[in-house]
Amino acid sequence: MKKLLSGNEAVARGFYEAGGHVATAYPGTPSTEILENMPQYGEDVYSQWSPNEKVALEVGIGSSFGGARTLVAMKHVGVNVAADPLLTLTYSGVKGGFVLVSSDDPGMHSSQNEQDNRFYAKFAKMPLLEPSDSQEAKDFVARALKISEEYDTPVMLRLTTRISHTKTLVELKEREEHNDLLGFEKNPPKYVMVPANGRKRHPIVEERTKKLKDLAENIDINKAEYNDKSIGIITSSIAYQYVKEVFPEASVLKLGMAFPFPINKVKEFAEKVEKLYVVEELEPFMEEMIKAEGIEVTGKDIIPRCGELNPKIIKNAVNKNKNEIKENKFEDVKTPIRPPVLCPGCPHRGVFYTLNKLNTVVTGDIGCYTLGVQKPLDAMDSTIAMGASIGVNIGLEKALGKEFSRKSVAVIGDSTFLHSGTTGLMDAVYNKGTNTIIILDNRITAMTGRQDNPSTGYTLMEEETKEVDFEKLAKAIGVERVKIVDSYDLNELKEVISNEIDKEEVSVIITKRPCMLIRRREYDIKTYRVDEDKCINCGLCLKVGCPAVIKNDDETKAKIVESMCTGCSVCAQVCPQDAIKLVK
Amino acid sequence: MSEVKSILLTGVGGQGVLTASEILSDALIDEGYDVKKAEVHGMSQRGGSVNSHLRYGEKVYSPLIEEGSADLIFSFEVLETIRFSKFLKENGKLVVNNMKIIPNSVYFSDVKYPKNPDKILKEVFKDNIYLFDAFKIAKDIGNAKFANVVMLGAISKIMGISDRSMEKAIENRVPPKTIEGNLKAFRQGKELV
Ligand SMILES: Cc1ncc(C[n+]2csc(CCOP(=O)(O)OP(=O)(O)O)c2C)c(N)n1
Repeated sequence: MKKLLSGNEAVARGFYEAGGHVATAYPGTPSTEILENMPQYGEDVYSQWSPNEKVALEVGIGSSFGGARTLVAMKHVGVNVAADPLLTLTYSGVKGGFVLVSSDDPGMHSSQNEQDNRFYAKFAKMPLLEPSDSQEAKDFVARALKISEEYDTPVMLRLTTRISHTKTLVELKEREEHNDLLGFEKNPPKYVMVPANGRKRHPIVEERTKKLKDLAENIDINKAEYNDKSIGIITSSIAYQYVKEVFPEASVLKLGMAFPFPINKVKEFAEKVEKLYVVEELEPFMEEMIKAEGIEVTGKDIIPRCGELNPKIIKNAVNKNKNEIKENKFEDVKTPIRPPVLCPGCPHRGVFYTLNKLNTVVTGDIGCYTLGVQKPLDAMDSTIAMGASIGVNIGLEKALGKEFSRKSVAVIGDSTFLHSGTTGLMDAVYNKGTNTIIILDNRITAMTGRQDNPSTGYTLMEEETKEVDFEKLAKAIGVERVKIVDSYDLNELKEVISNEIDKEEVSVIITKRPCMLIRRREYDIKTYRVDEDKCINCGLCLKVGCPAVIKNDDETKAKIVESMCTGCSVCAQVCPQDAIKLVK
Repeated sequence: MSEVKSILLTGVGGQGVLTASEILSDALIDEGYDVKKAEVHGMSQRGGSVNSHLRYGEKVYSPLIEEGSADLIFSFEVLETIRFSKFLKENGKLVVNNMKIIPNSVYFSDVKYPKNPDKILKEVFKDNIYLFDAFKIAKDIGNAKFANVVMLGAISKIMGISDRSMEKAIENRVPPKTIEGNLKAFRQGKELV
């Protein structure tokens, strides 16, 4: 049977079909739906969210050492977090097949950078498989597990946004069991990487890489398609589809396994074509390896290194066309931007409104609340990586003195705090900081589409479980001032935040209200309405930045779109005329 | 059957763009086409502008539609129609729900929501644009929620997708209790073009 599946759905299906046992992840666009699609196979596959990518990978290591077929998924920057165990796992090797899915984000559709994780495969010395559509995404999971077991190595399956989030037709199959390896056997020389053992493993890794190179030279997913030989293009991943679209006549060498690099196959192809190109997204990963062999090839001289590719960019680059500017039919019409915004009723809104009013320096973090940087909330001054808000806040205080912390806060979401914020908080207490840290507890990992985490009381497989208590956790770390406030109460927010900032010791403020999008949420939606007789069109309510608050058609009064309003009351609280009223 | 066709769907997060795209894909697969559908999740869910690239034919390579090459733009909101109209090929068609959703950004910048966007669109695209108030039509049938299906009716007629495939796809994707209303909305939509 054929089904239209996204690359992520196909990976989940592929793992199920290949007899997978344990799958773990921390969410991150564009990889999230891989694990979200796992519970449907819950009778055969155990799946879980871990608090961060490092733990997810370590759970995967244990599972593999226990002989289980294992999948660990994360977004590209997640591999940075998991890199420490990963770069030694490649020394230990595996028992049950181990596939690490890295979903990269060329174009930064929803990421803070566009690093090219193919280099991690080379760096960690693990084979790299790159599918170009959902069928391959599914098939390559089974391949990866097989290679992993045969060569005693973890395997990287690298997707990109366009593979993860593009739906293409996939042929489904039945599950095939692979239970023969299950069981743990003591083997310290392999599993205990003390220096003496690591030294013995390293030459084994080098030997393995040679054997894997032979595999890459012969494997059928590295395939030359000879056509017109005046142009030859080496390519991989989604770029392959773009190349086929714009140069259907060209000869193409498609590399489904680009590390270890099949240089002999490339040489053979290069000899048969007149003009050789390499078309790859982001870095010149293949290009550098081709050039290192003295083969003449055109790549990043003409193909951009920044952003994602598309068929047009490739066509124009190869044909040396100028990017012709299309006549704009709406030259005189300006189109206002429509960026993502905090939802109506979002509990983060009141906090950022307050921080803006208090004129604070806000070291920020990553989540829906990063949207607090936008106008009109305009209240975030740094965002680097998950968990960084607290460390950056501490660093500013160490550099500029305690006075700096009298006008500064760190903000961090619940999932982000559990991912990598606790160590920052320990640093603040341990090194005698006076920082104020706001934990924005909306009881979910919202940004990536509402995943549960250790503070929400549910697991990925929808079982009830214990909840982390942020207050007790902060106190156990040594924070004496812990305050809990209602995210919808602007007066309380203002009072507590200004009060805690003033104190010369570490404070933690936990702002509490559930995200509007939580599935299990019980809805009791009230709505507000503008009393037109009272409204003086001052525009203050628009400054809370709620999509439900607009102006009426002739822009003479404020208006609330009732179908969008959730009754959070934040706009009503800022109205100086008391013109925004609950609809009875 | 060999030529690849492209439909670009645009709208605002929460309007049901992605579901409409799912229904169309299902119908096209049922018709025997190869189908690819690309969209970006994540940020776009939060009221931002959303689009979905849908391509079908005997064999589709690139899932992305190039500027100036869409056979049809299927839009849920007028500003987004203007924004993405550069994707349309010469004499391509547009099916547009005549709805305005004002982004909050207009209150904090000089760029305002265009005045009379429907007129502007009509002037440029003339007979190639089908602009209608799908919500009103859907409400008249009984439920504003059927608006997207009204539009799907219009599209299926323009693209020549069979009723059988469309109806099957709709039945599979909407809540069972609403099937009858949705099918009515679908037939109403076909009358509009
Ligand atoms: C290392 C890393 N992993 C994952 C992500 C993807 N990501 C961005 S924000 C976020 C979680 C946000 O959740 P939370 O802190 O609870 O804030 P909310 O979105 O709920 O406001 C995740 C998983 C990332 N950017 N970096």
